[in-house]
Amino acid sequence: MTLLARGALGAAILALGAGAATAQQLAPSPTLDAIRARGHLECGVHLGLPGFSFANDRGEWTGLDVDFCRAVAAAVLGDANKVRYTPTSVQQRWPVLQSGQVDLLSRNTTITFSRNASLGVNFQGINFYEGQTFIVRTASGAKKPTDLENASICVAAGSTEERMAADYFRERNLKVSIINFQKNDDAIAAYDAGRCDSYTAGIGALAGQRIKLKTPGDHFIMTETISNDPQGPVTRWGDERWQAVVRWVLNGMIAAEHLGVTSRNVDDMRANSRNAEIRRLLGADGNFGAMLGLPNDWMFNAIKQVGNYAESFERTVGKGSPLGLERGQNALWTRGGILFTSPFQ
Amino acid sequence: MTAAGTLGVRPVRASLLRRIKADYFATPLNAVVSLLCIAAIIAIVVPIVRWALIDAHFAGTTRADCTGSGACWVFVKARFGQFMYGFYPPAERWRVNLAAVLMIAAAVLSFWPGLPRRALAVPLIWAGFLVIATWLLSGGAGLTRVETRQWGGLMLTVFLSVYAGALAVPLGILLALGRQSELPVIRLVATIFIEFWRGVPIITVIFLASLLLPLVMPAGWDIDRLVRALVGLAFVIAAYMAEAVRGGLQAIPKGQAEAASAQGLGYWQTTGLVVLPQALRISMPAMTNEFIALVKNTSLVSIVSIFDLLGIAQASLADPAWVGMNMEAYAFAGTVYWLICFGLSRWSRHLEAGRKTTH
Repeated sequence: MTLLARGALGAAILALGAGAATAQQLAPSPTLDAIRARGHLECGVHLGLPGFSFANDRGEWTGLDVDFCRAVAAAVLGDANKVRYTPTSVQQRWPVLQSGQVDLLSRNTTITFSRNASLGVNFQGINFYEGQTFIVRTASGAKKPTDLENASICVAAGSTEERMAADYFRERNLKVSIINFQKNDDAIAAYDAGRCDSYTAGIGALAGQRIKLKTPGDHFIMTETISNDPQGPVTRWGDERWQAVVRWVLNGMIAAEHLGVTSRNVDDMRANSRNAEIRRLLGADGNFGAMLGLPNDWMFNAIKQVGNYAESFERTVGKGSPLGLERGQNALWTRGGILFTSPFQ
Repeated sequence: MTAAGTLGVRPVRASLLRRIKADYFATPLNAVVSLLCIAAIIAIVVPIVRWALIDAHFAGTTRADCTGSGACWVFVKARFGQFMYGFYPPAERWRVNLAAVLMIAAAVLSFWPGLPRRALAVPLIWAGFLVIATWLLSGGAGLTRVETRQWGGLMLTVFLSVYAGALAVPLGILLALGRQSELPVIRLVATIFIEFWRGVPIITVIFLASLLLPLVMPAGWDIDRLVRALVGLAFVIAAYMAEAVRGGLQAIPKGQAEAASAQGLGYWQTTGLVVLPQALRISMPAMTNEFIALVKNTSLVSIVSIFDLLGIAQASLADPAWVGMNMEAYAFAGTVYWLICFGLSRWSRHLEAGRKTTH
């Protein structure tokens, strides 16, 4: 290698290093630029799923998944109302995200390997641990799936739920009688009429169906699940800074619950908290927002306007809503659940 | 047919009982069939009336106001604004109402017998209406912009029907003429277009227009998703309209066109002044039929999450406050569709009858 070539190489390495340094400070984010330019976030949601995404009587979109869109808008634009929703069907959700019609898909979508690997999308965390479980009459005293020994379970014939339930009990050598019906609606009606001790479906679906029962208050949805369907917000491949924004807004909502920051005490917390992580989260210390290219009060705005994860959960699908779901797996890892966030350090 | 009917005599009231006896209970078999039919009607109608009217709840604002087994029309009442206008901002809904009034005016005017220069006036009336209605609905030039994603409910159903119809009728006429053309290239193009769009299910067209088009379009190109669905719908209906018009064209004796050209009229004059006016009059019932089918077919857009009347009724069922109101939602949407289609069919009958007397 000649001296000249070596010099050129050295210069190139230097230039590369400088490039990396600026990249560390702020990588370009076309998605963030586009959101700021148009003044609102484009969010893909479910076209109608009780508790997760629906329009209320006043025509406002609400729900757990919708709240996440609102939190991202509050973090990026300072206003949770600056979101426009694209309701999507099961088939529509991927093309809508892939073609750039939405910045973010927050639509109770299960995280799977093949989706991540083959659809060109990334999952940015888990905002709801969904899974198949059982609804029983509270009076029966059954609390977990294994309590269902010798019970009768209504299912729709040939459904995934039927197969999962049959496999689950066979594997554990528990005897249950599975009663088949033509349709889901027939199965749940038979359960309501007392022909079976239980009916099985995903937690979210059961919560919606429980409202339709004659006396919803007499029924209990088990929190232990027999399948594993974690759901979370989705972004396109590319634009890593935008992906980090989405991931950390979700983490921020969970961290806020963990740290005891709520929409009601967030002003006080920012001014007076002596907890270093809370101060960083709310932008009282450090420049965490700026590192992502956001205003430093990004999470302050999200929590102030939307709330922490617990507030959002209880309001939309939890005890403060008609669905009345228990936190179950969706409780924090410190409180018997598996909902987890990485630290704000 | 009864004797009274064939004689054309209007029976007096006193003979009503005798007439019923003659019509429905003439023979033992007749009587049994009549009784069975009456029993079936009672078995079906009574529970429906009980559910929809007698046991139904009308007063209140929430689900809690509905007790018992009857229909909960409180749900439809609470959602009525959405069922009619979707998410159109309440303060701007007068624009939709105004557009609806203009639409009715345009429809009445274009079938008014005293309309001068009909062949020119009708297209002008509708073109004018479409321009004004588009401005009213979407805004701009002094009005607040309302994105198409905020449109919904009955308003969207009517919008899709009228706009797809307005695109499909002229396109259908051109295609029908093209298919009859003596120029092979035009005939081929028209035939391929018609056979392609007629052969593809509407649901596929809407699906492809909504899902595939955005993926294959160059970046930065974005056609509104309502427009994509609308154009897809219009193309399919145009193909059907073309076949309806072709039926009319074939009913006009060739001699008419030959006589017209013998008078020195060119192709467009012959077609526009002699052939088409007669052909369209003949195809009118078939075209009305296609239009009524179109009104119902617009509900297919709900599969791509465009909230037309049916779509918004289904979406309302996802509100935990109203989960389980399926019967009410579908009964309401079904009744509105039926009223529209029945109204259209009666109106077209009325027009046909009127035309017969004027010629």
